Amino acid sequence: MAKKSIKIRAKLKGGVTTVKCLMNHPMETGLRKDKKTGEPIPAHFIQDVVAKHNDAEVMTAQWSGSVSKNPYVAFKFNGGAKGDAVSVAWTDNMGKSEMGSAKIK
Amino acid sequence: MKFKRIAITAICAFVAGSAIADKKATETTPDQDVQTYRDYFMKRFPGVPLEEYANGVYAIDKVSRDNWEALEEFPPYEPMVEDGETMWNTPFANGKTYGSCFNDDPAQRKNYPHWDDSRKTVVTLPMAVNECRTANGENPLKYKKGAMATLLAYMSYESRGQKIDVDIPNADALDAYNKGKQVYFARRGQFNFNCASCHMQSAGQKARADILSPGLGHTTGWPVYRSKWGELGTLHRRFGGCMKQMRAKDYKAQGEEFRNLEYFMTHMSQDLEFNGPSARK
Repeated sequence: MAKKSIKIRAKLKGGVTTVKCLMNHPMETGLRKDKKTGEPIPAHFIQDVVAKHNDAEVMTAQWSGSVSKNPYVAFKFNGGAKGDAVSVAWTDNMGKSEMGSAKIK
Repeated sequence: MKFKRIAITAICAFVAGSAIADKKATETTPDQDVQTYRDYFMKRFPGVPLEEYANGVYAIDKVSRDNWEALEEFPPYEPMVEDGETMWNTPFANGKTYGSCFNDDPAQRKNYPHWDDSRKTVVTLPMAVNECRTANGENPLKYKKGAMATLLAYMSYESRGQKIDVDIPNADALDAYNKGKQVYFARRGQFNFNCASCHMQSAGQKARADILSPGLGHTTGWPVYRSKWGELGTLHRRFGGCMKQMRAKDYKAQGEEFRNLEYFMTHMSQDLEFNGPSARK
C-alpha cells in the first residue's frame, strides 16, 4: 500500500461541499534542537495550500511553522456536484510539493 | 455521596479478596472480580452498553465523543499503521521476518497477555516482539514509544474485533493475577491514590480539565495516539506516566509489576473487543 501524503474526503450536503483533508508533513518550526547534537533542526513547513474544485480555486492558505505536524484542514464551499473532482496541493518552504484529489460524494 | 458509597462497597469487596500471602475464605476469584468490576460500572453509568467501554471516556461523555468521532474520520494513527505494516514485512538481517515468530499472522492481540507456565511469568505482546527480535539477532526495541509502538499499531489494527479472553490456568498464574490486583489497589505516592481512586471511585468526574475514564475497557485500545504526546505510546508508557502524575515512583515498562498489572486489568475487561490502535486526548 503506497503511502498517500494527502488524504481527502469531500461530501456534498444541502448545496454545500465540505472537504476534510489530512496531510503528512513534519512541520518543523526551525526552533527545535536535535537532542543529541544540540544543532537546530531546520525549518520545514508547508507554506502554500491551494484547493481546487474542477480547476477553479476554492481555497488558498498561507501557513507558517505555527501549524502542527500532520496538519488537518477542513473547509466548505458553495456548489459542487457528486463525482466532481476536488484537489488539494501544498508547497513547502524547501520547494517540495504534493497533490491529492478525491471525488465529491 | 451515592457514588462514594457504591465505590467504597465495591472497592472493599475487591480489596478484601486481594490478600496474596494468606488464602482466606473471603478471597474472591477472578471471575467474581470481573463481575464485581462490571456491575460497578454498569450501575455507575446506566445505559452505556458493555462493548462501549472499549472507547474509554468517549463512552460516557457526549461532547468529547463528538470531537473524537470527527477525529476518527482521519485517524492520527493511520500513517503509523502503514509504517507498522512495512516493519512487519521487512526481513531481519538474517532474512527471517516477524511472521516466522508469529505464525505469519500479525493479528496476535487475542493471545496476550498470557501466563507462561514454563517460565512462570506473564508474557505480553511487546515482550514477545522483542524476544522475536533477539532470537533473530536484532536489537530489542524500547518499550514505551517509537518503532515498538509503530509495529504494535499495525498488529493491533489487524487484531481489531478479537475478544479479550485472558485465562488464569493455575495457582501460579492466579498469584501473578493477584499481584497485579495489588498493584491496582495499592495506595502510593504523594496523593496516596490508587488506580481505583480515579478510575473507579471518580470515573466520569473531572481531574482539572480531563474527565476520568472508567477502568473497564482500559486495555483494549493500545497502542494509543495521545494528542498530548503527539505520537503513539504503549500501555506501559501510560502506566508509568500516570503513576508519575500521581507523584509516585513508576515501575519499569515491561517489568514484572506492570506485566502483572496488565494481566489483571486485561482480565477485568474480559469479553470486550480489542480496538487498537486508538486516539485519545
